Amino acid sequence: MSVTLNVNGTEQSVEVSPDTPLLWAIRDHVRLTGTKFGCGLAQCGACTLHVDGQPTRACVTPVSAVEGKTITTIEGIESSTAKAVQQAWTELEVAQCGYCQSGQIMSAVALLEQNRNPSDADIDAAMNGNICRCATYVRIRKAIKLAAEQLS
Amino acid sequence: MLRRKQRIDSATVRTSRRGFLKFAGGVGAGLTLMMNLPQAAAETAAAAASKEGDFMPNAFVRIGTDNRVTVFIKHLEMGQGTFTGLATLVAEELDAAWEQIDSEHAAADAGKYANLFWGTVQGTGSSTAIANAFMQMRLAGATARAMLVAAAASEWRVPVAEISVSQGVVSHAASGRQAPFGDLAEPATRQPVPPEDSLRLKTPQEFIYIGKQQQPRKDRGKTDGSAIFTQDIQLPDMLIAVVAHPPLFGARASGVDAAQARQVPGVVDVVQIESGVAVLANDTWSAKKGRDALKIHWDESSAFKGSSPEIMARYRELTQAPGLPARSDGDAASALAAGANVIEADFEFPYLAHATMEPMNCVVRVGDGECEIWNGDQIQTLDQGAAAQVLGIKPEQVRIHTLFAGGSFGRRANPHSDYVLEAVRIAKSRPGTAVKLVWLREDDTRAGYYRPAYAHKIRATLDENGMPEAWEHRIAGQSILKGTAFEGGMVKDGVDSTSVEGAVNLPYRIPNLRVELHTVEEGPPVQWWRSVGSTHTAFSTEVFIDRLARAAGQDPVAYRMQLLEGHPRHQGVLKLAAEKAGWGSELPAGRSLGVAVHESFNTYVAQVAEVSLQDDGGFRVERVVCAVDCGIAVNPDVIRAQMEGGIGYGLSPAMMSEISLDQGRVAQSNFHDYQVLRISQMPEIEVHIVPSAEAPTGVGEPGTPVIAPAVANALESATGQTLSRLPLKLA
Ligand code: FES
Ligand code: FES
Repeated sequence: MSVTLNVNGTEQSVEVSPDTPLLWAIRDHVRLTGTKFGCGLAQCGACTLHVDGQPTRACVTPVSAVEGKTITTIEGIESSTAKAVQQAWTELEVAQCGYCQSGQIMSAVALLEQNRNPSDADIDAAMNGNICRCATYVRIRKAIKLAAEQLS
Repeated sequence: MLRRKQRIDSATVRTSRRGFLKFAGGVGAGLTLMMNLPQAAAETAAAAASKEGDFMPNAFVRIGTDNRVTVFIKHLEMGQGTFTGLATLVAEELDAAWEQIDSEHAAADAGKYANLFWGTVQGTGSSTAIANAFMQMRLAGATARAMLVAAAASEWRVPVAEISVSQGVVSHAASGRQAPFGDLAEPATRQPVPPEDSLRLKTPQEFIYIGKQQQPRKDRGKTDGSAIFTQDIQLPDMLIAVVAHPPLFGARASGVDAAQARQVPGVVDVVQIESGVAVLANDTWSAKKGRDALKIHWDESSAFKGSSPEIMARYRELTQAPGLPARSDGDAASALAAGANVIEADFEFPYLAHATMEPMNCVVRVGDGECEIWNGDQIQTLDQGAAAQVLGIKPEQVRIHTLFAGGSFGRRANPHSDYVLEAVRIAKSRPGTAVKLVWLREDDTRAGYYRPAYAHKIRATLDENGMPEAWEHRIAGQSILKGTAFEGGMVKDGVDSTSVEGAVNLPYRIPNLRVELHTVEEGPPVQWWRSVGSTHTAFSTEVFIDRLARAAGQDPVAYRMQLLEGHPRHQGVLKLAAEKAGWGSELPAGRSLGVAVHESFNTYVAQVAEVSLQDDGGFRVERVVCAVDCGIAVNPDVIRAQMEGGIGYGLSPAMMSEISLDQGRVAQSNFHDYQVLRISQMPEIEVHIVPSAEAPTGVGEPGTPVIAPAVANALESATGQTLSRLPLKLA
């Protein structure tokens, strides 16, 4: 069946069954591959994107649940918060293999949109669902703080 | 893997045409390298140019008329920084501007891109990328520079000696003439390639990039979703394959009912292959639904049906008896028999999955007498050979597009090309169609090729001064290399070097020292895992030496320093880490420090871990101070990143990761039960790099094995408990 998705400001109609996870609709049909597959079970955060501004695990969100909602992927983030986060990530060279980093950045942006000055505990709470097997966590923490500083 | 195949021991550079030549510039120690800059001698490089006017003096450097410098990277970028490190070496000798450099994966071609420590194999591993390519990439840059200078000299009719190069601009001071590289690219193609012995490399004092400022990494696109991994490859009419794998290692599908799977919308085909049953579909979700709808009868008659507890019991039993000797100094058996006070310890290590963030995957298109592969490929030469054999074509007819890998930690260097061949076999059933094999997380966790499980037993006696008099170390576990292409070179007299590395080269001064190995035949498929043998040997040896220090009533750092006489690089990192960590000073209540030092892949690492005991009976690792000596520090920030990441990777098996078998079935499947380190468990980390003029060595692995023993030592000294099993659990 046909489902209409609003992704990064554009309406897209995709031919998928309604139980298809948003992740695969976006990757295989909308063909935006910045949102990654890591576990399919809401365990790793690699697939994190924003639905109406809320960080969401796309791998367990069926397309039927997000029709009419605003979906933003790593390719579509433009806010000053997003720019500050990406900038901090580059400046501190956070990424190693890079595979988890779209999800990390989407979680970090959502955190900073809601909390301009997160503590270590706030960061741990917001980011604990995002696994990084390269263990770039030390720099993720620093980059979130750097971005918060830039934004203040 | 493949460590020390080529010894780093002389100041010579071997060229393929001219034998050995002394190498004057650069590092003190130097490396023995088999050079194969491909178009050596007096051929001009014009033929190699890829676009009209582009200048490609060798297989590693291309300078475009647009002033871009492309560096072809022969080693997989899987996060360890090869795109940055190898480009730094070229940029240094080329005197290019860092901003004008682009890194790109080189083609799969062992003739041009072999790992110089591995003979004629193109591949990445053993933390060798910088070490093997250090001179090669510098020479590649110096060659290009010399030809650009020669081109300028001839255009401007001035002597070569009066020309200088800086930041991608060639200048002649006297006449005031200057030109960016791009303007000289085309004339440079008409210059002869200079002989290598005519090139002068920089001295360390002249370096502008090596060891200097932090150059931005060259593996870009990782903060905006634009970096392309295998998972991201989209090709016209490509199909996605998801595979039903056998529930036991060694089981085979004996009956397949695919009727329901074929009914799933989007499913195109069902194909039985050696490793399972593949469902091909137009998209990933349809392929997964199709896979889940298969009804398969598995023949489990020749499958492995062992369970972890009984496997470990058997390993422990093996360590009670002598094994094959791997090292024998003096007479440990007699000294132990005569010794009054024998100290003894057992250690157990479970299987570990690599659990890369990007599960294994591979895109293949099989054509007529050819095959194309898109893959985060770690040993191109092996994968080319294996694919060619399955397809009945020649290895050079297998083209590999090497892509960024979303982590590997050794997994993508599978010596049997497991997932690559699975993809090839599926694609073979649909010639001309690109097929992307996608492993779901459960496929990846349960696919085997684990870090083997091991049991260790160590026994020692101390002399009257409390120093070890005898040390006997027995290891039992499966061989990683048996049955692979590496067996011939690396299994000697029945001893797989990867089973005992880190134990046979124990640096402590012990007069009677014996290391023995029991190799077990049966088990799940096993493979190297970031730092290989050191993943277990660093733990048993460093925890045991700490216990000996405590038994002798001595400080663990001072005790090691004495026993490490004659090993200045071990001592150097140990001293530095201890100093920076405030070893010996007061700690807040509930905190304790533990230390470990270990060399792997010719890189020396010491770590001091600060742990705190928690009210719930658990513990936290609060802070780690790490000192590393990897020779010349080519990219200090990449080295720091690899130590941070290596420590984080090593903390997972130290604290929570474990694969267990239950009558042959893998008990874990995804991150909820194969747990890995998360941000809330990550300690603060401080990295200190020992200044050095020694030849550079790798940093991808050596940070990993040191952390678990450092943490265990902190816990043992805080609690008095004996921790003999990973992951660590306090009683
Ligand atoms: S892929 Fe969605 S949380 Fe892991
Ligand atoms: S950077 Fe590799 S998984 Fe996070």
